[in-house]
Amino acid sequence: MKEMSRIVKTVTNFVYGFIIIFGFYIIAHGHLTPGGGFQGGAVVGSAFALLLVSYGSLNSNKFLKKDIFSLFENFGLTLFIVLGFSGLGITFFYNFLANSGSWFGDAAVIGINPGDMNTGGVIPLMNIAVGLEVLSAFGVILLTMARGAEFTKKKENS
Amino acid sequence: MKKIIFGIAFIIFFSFLIVSAVNMRTFGEPTISEMDDYFIENAQSETGANNVVTSIVFDYRGFDTLGEATVLFTAVVGIVALFRGGKK
Repeated sequence: MKEMSRIVKTVTNFVYGFIIIFGFYIIAHGHLTPGGGFQGGAVVGSAFALLLVSYGSLNSNKFLKKDIFSLFENFGLTLFIVLGFSGLGITFFYNFLANSGSWFGDAAVIGINPGDMNTGGVIPLMNIAVGLEVLSAFGVILLTMARGAEFTKKKENS
Repeated sequence: MKKIIFGIAFIIFFSFLIVSAVNMRTFGEPTISEMDDYFIENAQSETGANNVVTSIVFDYRGFDTLGEATVLFTAVVGIVALFRGGKK
C-alpha cells in the first residue's frame, strides 16, 4: 500500500488524535452514556485504520507496532476474565465493587441525573478491559492484513 | 416424487407459520414484562451504573460478554494464522 498525498497526511495529523481521544472518552464513560468498550474500541481502531491508509503500510510500521497490540489484546482479555473470577465469592461475574465505597464504589443517585464517574463498581473496569481488547484487535487485524497484501504483491511482481 | 414430498413439507411448515401468526398478540401490546420492570427499577441501585444497557451487558449478562470477547480473540488468532505465512 503506497502512502497518500500530502493533503491527506496533513488532515490525518490534525484529526487522528481527536478520534483516539473520543474513543477513549466513550470507553471511560461506558457506564454513564451510550456506548461502552466495544463501541469505543471500534472508534479508536478506525483512527488506526486512517493512519494505516494515509501513511501506507510500510511507513506506518514505524509507529504502529503489532507486538504491542498483541500484548494489549492478551492483557485486556485476561483482565476481563480475572474481573469475572474476582466475584466468585458469591457468583461468577458478581459486581463485588458496586456500592462498596472503594474504587468506583459510590452509590448512584436514583432517577434521571447526569451521573458520577465514581460509580458502577466493576463495570467501568470491564469496559476498559474490553475496550483495550477491541482496539488492539483492530490494530492486529489491520496490520496483519496490510502485511499479507504487501507480501502477495511482492510475489506477483517477482 | 421429490417435488411432491418437498411440497407437502412446505405446506405443513407454512401452516405452522400461519397458525402462530394468527395467535400472536396484537401489535403494540407487550408480552410479559416482569424482567424489564425488574431491570428498570433495580439496575441503578444494584449496580450503581446510570446506563442500564451497560449494566445488563457487563453485569447481569457478563458471561455473554465474555463469550463475545473470546469470539473476537479467536477471530484475531485465525486472521493472524492465515496471513502470517512467508518471510519478511
